[in-house]
Amino acid sequence: MSSYPETVAGIATALAKGEFSSVEITRHYLDRIAAHDSRLNSYITVCEEHSLNQAAAADAMLKSKDAGPLTGVPYAHKDIFCTKGIKTSCGSRMLDNFVAPYSATVSERLDAASMVLLGKTNMDEFAMGSSNETSYFGPVTNPWREGAVPGGSSGGSAAAVAARLAPGATGTDTGGSIRQPAALCGISGLKPTYGRVSRFGLIAFASSLDQGGPMATTAEDLALLLNVMAGFDNKDSTSVDRPDEDYTRSLREPAAGLRVGIPKQFFSADLDADVAAPIRSAISELETMGAICTEIDLKHMDLSIPAYYVISSAECSSNLSRYDGVRFGHRCDDPRDIEDMYRRSRSEGFGVETQRRILVGTYALSSGYYDAYYQKAQQIRRLIRDEFKNALENVDAILGPTSPTTAFTMGQKSDDPVAMYLSDIYTTAVNLAGLPAISIPVGFADGLPVGMQLIGNYFAEAKLLQIAHQYQNVTDWHQHSPSLDDGIE
Amino acid sequence: MAISDDEVSAIARLARLEIKEQDLAAVGAGLGRVLEFVRQMDAIDTTNIEPLAHPLELAAHRRADEVLEPDLRDVYQLGAPQVQNALYLVPKVIE
Amino acid sequence: MEWQPVIGLEIHSQLATASKIFSAASTGYGAEPNTQASAVDLGLPGVLPVLNEKVVEMAVLFGLAIGATISNASIFARKNYFYPDLPKGYQISQYEEPIVAGGRIEIRLPDDHIKIIDVTRAHLEEDAGKSVHEDFDRSTGIDLNRAGTPLLEIVSEPQMHSAAEAVAYMRAMHQLVRYLGICDGNMQEGSFRCDANVSVRPLGESTLGTRTEIKNLNSFRFVERAIQFEIDRQIEVIENGGQIHQVTMLYDADRHETRTMRSKEDAHDYRYFPDPDLLPIEITDDYIQSMANSLPELPAQKRKRFVDEYALTSKDAEILCEDRGIADYFEQATAASSGNPRLCANWITGELFAALNASNLQIEASPVGPAALGVLVSRIADNTISGKIAKQIFETMWETGQDPDDVIAEQGLQQVTDDSAIANLVEQVLNDNPDQIEQYRAGKDKVFGFFVGQVMKLSQGKANPKQVNKLLKARLDN
Repeated sequence: MSSYPETVAGIATALAKGEFSSVEITRHYLDRIAAHDSRLNSYITVCEEHSLNQAAAADAMLKSKDAGPLTGVPYAHKDIFCTKGIKTSCGSRMLDNFVAPYSATVSERLDAASMVLLGKTNMDEFAMGSSNETSYFGPVTNPWREGAVPGGSSGGSAAAVAARLAPGATGTDTGGSIRQPAALCGISGLKPTYGRVSRFGLIAFASSLDQGGPMATTAEDLALLLNVMAGFDNKDSTSVDRPDEDYTRSLREPAAGLRVGIPKQFFSADLDADVAAPIRSAISELETMGAICTEIDLKHMDLSIPAYYVISSAECSSNLSRYDGVRFGHRCDDPRDIEDMYRRSRSEGFGVETQRRILVGTYALSSGYYDAYYQKAQQIRRLIRDEFKNALENVDAILGPTSPTTAFTMGQKSDDPVAMYLSDIYTTAVNLAGLPAISIPVGFADGLPVGMQLIGNYFAEAKLLQIAHQYQNVTDWHQHSPSLDDGIE
Repeated sequence: MAISDDEVSAIARLARLEIKEQDLAAVGAGLGRVLEFVRQMDAIDTTNIEPLAHPLELAAHRRADEVLEPDLRDVYQLGAPQVQNALYLVPKVIE
Repeated sequence: MEWQPVIGLEIHSQLATASKIFSAASTGYGAEPNTQASAVDLGLPGVLPVLNEKVVEMAVLFGLAIGATISNASIFARKNYFYPDLPKGYQISQYEEPIVAGGRIEIRLPDDHIKIIDVTRAHLEEDAGKSVHEDFDRSTGIDLNRAGTPLLEIVSEPQMHSAAEAVAYMRAMHQLVRYLGICDGNMQEGSFRCDANVSVRPLGESTLGTRTEIKNLNSFRFVERAIQFEIDRQIEVIENGGQIHQVTMLYDADRHETRTMRSKEDAHDYRYFPDPDLLPIEITDDYIQSMANSLPELPAQKRKRFVDEYALTSKDAEILCEDRGIADYFEQATAASSGNPRLCANWITGELFAALNASNLQIEASPVGPAALGVLVSRIADNTISGKIAKQIFETMWETGQDPDDVIAEQGLQQVTDDSAIANLVEQVLNDNPDQIEQYRAGKDKVFGFFVGQVMKLSQGKANPKQVNKLLKARLDN
């Protein structure tokens, strides 16, 4: 390992002081990607030339003192965010050749901050998955263990950050896709309040649930990255029009006196005992820091996964109708007629899980089933949302595990969709309610990282980051990194 | 919960997905498994509960009626599967 | 048996915005293919719709004009189906909670009876693109310029009972949307078109018969002919012991027949659900009030006022109120005519319409402005010129854009009203035509007209014809 700092904050500080150049640090990450990523497969596209050009431009700004806080800091970008001129595949054969003529608002904001794009990271196809095994571009290896999944859908971003192939990354979270891979790879990840990060140019999976957010090793880095990513966007009708904030503002305030609610439902039989243990230690740690932890009751939690799968599948079935082989994307060879073109293009372009969700969603919206599935799920959504809202009137954050297990073995759950869905058991309710939540590493179970989730009230990202940062001040789980025992350093 | 081959075919037709005859049963079983799982929702009575489509229940902002889009046809059509006379081509559609 | 047709119309009225309903691309007609299809209109991955505020304004105006209820929280829904000219695989429309609910409109039947038709709802939606079938042998070309153009779909109750009533309803709506300035009403370009739901039932029966839907009728004539054809077809089928099937039909104007497009069995399952990319359209009562304040005078009110205020015949009032531009022209002309509204009405419906027609111009583009026409009319009324000379002056005004008084002065066209001057002309004509005097005196009355003509000719048309008559009569009969 080199002597470069490994955090976004550390690199930013060093760049500002001129300890090394953006080109140097960019080169460093590109070299690490070249050395290790053929095994990890965390990137779909590495844009070396583009990166070095951006880094050189950043260096010029740093020299002329035109630089912003993150100028010249490299990052990895989930391949779901459109990047003008650079392929955006969304992990799908359907978009294997898709180069967007526009950039996502998030991409534009990262560009405007003069950060350096290293490449586009691997992901479950159209963000549908919890293991990164549904990617057309192959699975991602969890850097902590060969043959283990990194989680999903932002599995590439999580693995890249964990393996120090990028200091920070973007992710998207529809039902846990930032938090669960962050937990399984031992890094930090934040899903912001719905509407806080623009969805423009973020390829839609389930529009009322999708939310972009940062992934990095520390809470402080998440705050710095969120400062760049978040903000009102008039190109997204669901973007919330409120002033920008500085998410680092309360990092240094102590956690003493903060009220933390612990739902008993988060520690049910579904939770692995060896995952529960580090979480309980973390709770003790927070109590030592002065946080007041109380048990709370979220009765409808167990209905969140069914409601989530109905709503997300319904929305996806409609969102993915635009992939019809007419204007862009994959088209089958020699279609017999228009119907043949639709059906073969889509069945060739989409993988098995994506097609399954389209079918489930189509079924749930179809005549005669709408009330029992889609409408029922939206009613349960209200119950869950209200339940969280009430709970958050009495506590500053709700705490629990991020995932019921540590990283599981590839192939272990891929035959049973429901078993796979249950790995999101603690995360989907947050998306249904639109709340912000963070996952941070709190220990290990059998050599694999364990993540803890903190859920906050609407727009309370700064508070979550504060608790996480204070915890990371007194613990070092976030500093553990996997040894990439592939003989290459 | 069993989903018959006919039902699977009908849904696949609506969704414009091609499912081979020999795969219908397996797809139906997978679908049935998911649908059965989500029917756990039936455990709770939701009569008179207003469905929630968006967590924040805000109103949409609106844009001014201005033409701001340049003509980017050539750029957009670069990635198109088949274009002729500036039209996107598809197999003949009979009305 | 006597049959009663039952007809309901779904009118698609293209809203007259500059940009599309959810994108900032132009709605202009006739552009090169796909040059006005933005990333949003093309449904490219990741792009999102943002609502054009103008369409909300227009829909609210429409709702207020028909006395409808405006929803405070109207919702966009997705209507899912695959078609190559529907880029996203769904159309953004409204299903539950349309922006306008209820309302009614007055229609005038061919026998001048007034009937009220109830409107079920009116909702906002985006138009699809266009499929081009002709240019290719084995392919269809897709032009998405029209995709995303804002439409207001106006759904009537099934309260019309003849093709003529359906046309009268469509005309009334056509007039209303143009009055409101929310639609240009250009039917050839597809800005105003309708689908007709048609059924028949035995007269006196209250339950509805099975209906068929005729799609995409884009002229009043086609509406009338297609509906009439369909009514006749249905009656014939039933009377021959057959059954009507619920189908969607197309009207083939060339062959004058309706034919089946698809049956109920392949009816789409549209899987409507609230569009998660768009939050509800919030419309406050204050907003509705401010729209109500900006509502223009509507055709029915205007017609009534024209009859009351200007003493026009109801026929004239109807013609002048057909179009807001014409009505405005009339009022401006009248204001300049020294109080001669009826003469203004005659001139507008006569000379002006003829000239506009001949030059294929809209009234807004008339080379003779309303004030100039009003002045011309006032000169007729005050006897400065005769009606006949006025036509000559109008022609000059039309060609040169000159003021009527300037034309009169320049060409010396003032009417001669001086008795002695006219008497001189009469003398001259009588002197020149002794034979005709004898004929007249021998009882050939018709010759009187000849003398009038000769005097007018001699005066170059400027003599006041009434005075010419009077003086000639006095001279010849004594």
